[in-house]
Amino acid sequence: MTEPAEEKTRSLAARRLPLAEPATQLARLHELRLPREFHDALGAAGLWPLRAERAQIFQINVGKLCNQTCRHCHVDAGPDRREVMTRETMELCLEALAKTSIPTVDITGGAPELNPDFRWLVEQCRKLGRHVIDRCNLTILETPSHRDLPEFFAANQVEVICSLPHYARLSTDRQRGDGVYDKSIRALRRLNDVGYGEGELRLVLVTNPVGAFLPGEQAALEREWKRELERRHGVRFDALYCITNMPISRYLEWLESSDNLEGYMDELVRAFNPGAAAEVMCRSTISVGWDGTLFDCDFNQMLDMPVAGEAPRHVRDFDLEALEARSIAVDRHCFGCTAGAGSSCGGTTS
Amino acid sequence: MSHYYDHEDLAKFGEIGENAPELAEKFFEWYGAVFADGALTAREKSLIALAVAHAIQCPYCIDSYSKDCLRKGADMDQMTEAVHVAAALRGGASLVHGIQMRNRAGKLSM
Repeated sequence: MTEPAEEKTRSLAARRLPLAEPATQLARLHELRLPREFHDALGAAGLWPLRAERAQIFQINVGKLCNQTCRHCHVDAGPDRREVMTRETMELCLEALAKTSIPTVDITGGAPELNPDFRWLVEQCRKLGRHVIDRCNLTILETPSHRDLPEFFAANQVEVICSLPHYARLSTDRQRGDGVYDKSIRALRRLNDVGYGEGELRLVLVTNPVGAFLPGEQAALEREWKRELERRHGVRFDALYCITNMPISRYLEWLESSDNLEGYMDELVRAFNPGAAAEVMCRSTISVGWDGTLFDCDFNQMLDMPVAGEAPRHVRDFDLEALEARSIAVDRHCFGCTAGAGSSCGGTTS
Repeated sequence: MSHYYDHEDLAKFGEIGENAPELAEKFFEWYGAVFADGALTAREKSLIALAVAHAIQCPYCIDSYSKDCLRKGADMDQMTEAVHVAAALRGGASLVHGIQMRNRAGKLSM
């Protein structure tokens, strides 16, 4: 039975669907007949067990609250979500961070800017001398209480990594909702106006395929996007990251409802690239959930798969040495990061 | 086998190399080089391939290049126009043979 259109604009959690549960998502992936398992693929590449390396990125997911409800969202974020990181948990993150020399803090959500302590967190990270990344959906910059964010970002030299599915309106609105494209272009212009995309202040765009296929070649798409966004709107940016859609949460829902799940997973498995597997971002990332739980990456976070083995499970018990000695928790969804040219929060990996 | 075309056969294309492997290796190396960025972009080549796929009516090629065009950032407007190019060529090729028909009929007629 087809769902009413308005139902698709709510999170899986708000619709109380079984698929909202991480265990159900993993079970659906395990019902499929795949050519091989992820750990077997890693083993053949000489990478099993997958070991952590020196941490380079301290990722903080400050909550699932978002002003958008994108159809491909791996967080199941939306306006109806109430999981938001508290100031106390942020203080624990800062205490942990201060004990390390991890150079980069990657703040994500939801729409991270909707956390009432977002700006405070950015400023504290900057006081610790860390490079700060904000993963921004662009439309948040068009809401009344966040219109001054471009100036705030510039003042704190925040690297802004923005989601935009396509440089054309139709594909963007199909994935993210009507009107998102126009708001996104206005927000990009305002970021350009305060100096982003001109070299000093780094502005990155992120694109996920609008459908059941892998991203194209990142360098070629970046050239085309730069040309087209400049020509159509006078918008400039520094880099384009192509990120593969992960078969979890709302994207998993869409794969199932469109009868694409089996074919998509089969493609991910067949496209396993040992070179990309060696470079997966989880090896050099520590990812903190909204309640302080520690994960290998944001995807494992959404599947409720915390760090494995002897490593501490909560940021209050942060122990960098133990975390850098951990093995990464993997499952079938991990094929999403190792297919083709690979995928990470920093785009392709090989 | 109850039918000639099977979706799953596309993924088995590489098996053609189990016999005459040297020829298959040459073919796939050349094939990959053909579709790399060159004087034409990889996306332009993919759109040409999509049009040819429709002209030769190969269902494997239509599946492959529909997805490949999307991956390379082509949109439905561009892909539909590419198919119209194939259709126009096929239709035009039939129609232009009407001149041969006219020539022949003209010669035979009083």
